[in-house]
Amino acid sequence: MSMFTIFNVSGSAISAQAQRLNAVASNLANADAVAGPDGQAFRARQVVFQTVPMGNNPASAGVRVQNIIESDAPNRRVFNPQHPSADGEGYVTHSNVNPVEEMVNMISASRAYQNNVEVMNTARTLLLRTLQMGQ
Amino acid sequence: MFEHLTRRMEFFSDVLQLRAHRQQVLASNIANADTPGFVARDFDFKQALGNVQARGSELRAGAMPVLGGGDARHLRTSAALGDVADRNRVQYSVQTQPSLDGNSVDMDQQRANFMHNAVQYESTLRFINGHVRTMLSAIQGQ
Repeated sequence: MSMFTIFNVSGSAISAQAQRLNAVASNLANADAVAGPDGQAFRARQVVFQTVPMGNNPASAGVRVQNIIESDAPNRRVFNPQHPSADGEGYVTHSNVNPVEEMVNMISASRAYQNNVEVMNTARTLLLRTLQMGQ
Repeated sequence: MFEHLTRRMEFFSDVLQLRAHRQQVLASNIANADTPGFVARDFDFKQALGNVQARGSELRAGAMPVLGGGDARHLRTSAALGDVADRNRVQYSVQTQPSLDGNSVDMDQQRANFMHNAVQYESTLRFINGHVRTMLSAIQGQ
């Protein structure tokens, strides 16, 4: 029965979305982090999704996290000469995380997660009904 | 004689298999809603069912070689009719709102299609159950 592949497909999507949520969580946690002694501040991380074929049906396509990339956006610099981490010009380098972007990313990931859970629930109901066929 | 009892059943079995196949295609679309460059897929159900029916009647008429039966009176298995997925190539669905990352999955549309297909699957199951009940009462004659 080819419908069992739905669980693999949706399961892969759920795990990919969970990784995306993890990345969002770590970005938001480090949103206000300042540069350490090496001068390198935290850079926002984003996951990159990729389609992978699943099962023997060419139409079924799962998802996997192909790569995790760091954002190239410039770091936020704040003038604060009293800060212990300030550089020679009195600027403190913060992370380049954009909290608004991360919140949008989080909502999108959680909606996608819910959608896939719903798909699995529907597939489960249909398979259970199929088991009762002819009774 | 026996064929009269099962002919309608075979039609429903084809429909059920196609619905399961479409359910899988739609689940893949929903799973890949955030994958860059993914193009949503679907197939024309009417046309696909027509293909399955045409091939099924060819096989039943003995026009093509069939696995597991050298005699026309042998019962045909669904495996002999070939896999549904093989016979129906999926097509790319029409894009409604283009997105920057090249992904063409319209989530609302996909969810609606998915629900629609699930209801159709269940109704096909009910038809099969009703048919089985009818046939049983015909056999028992009560």
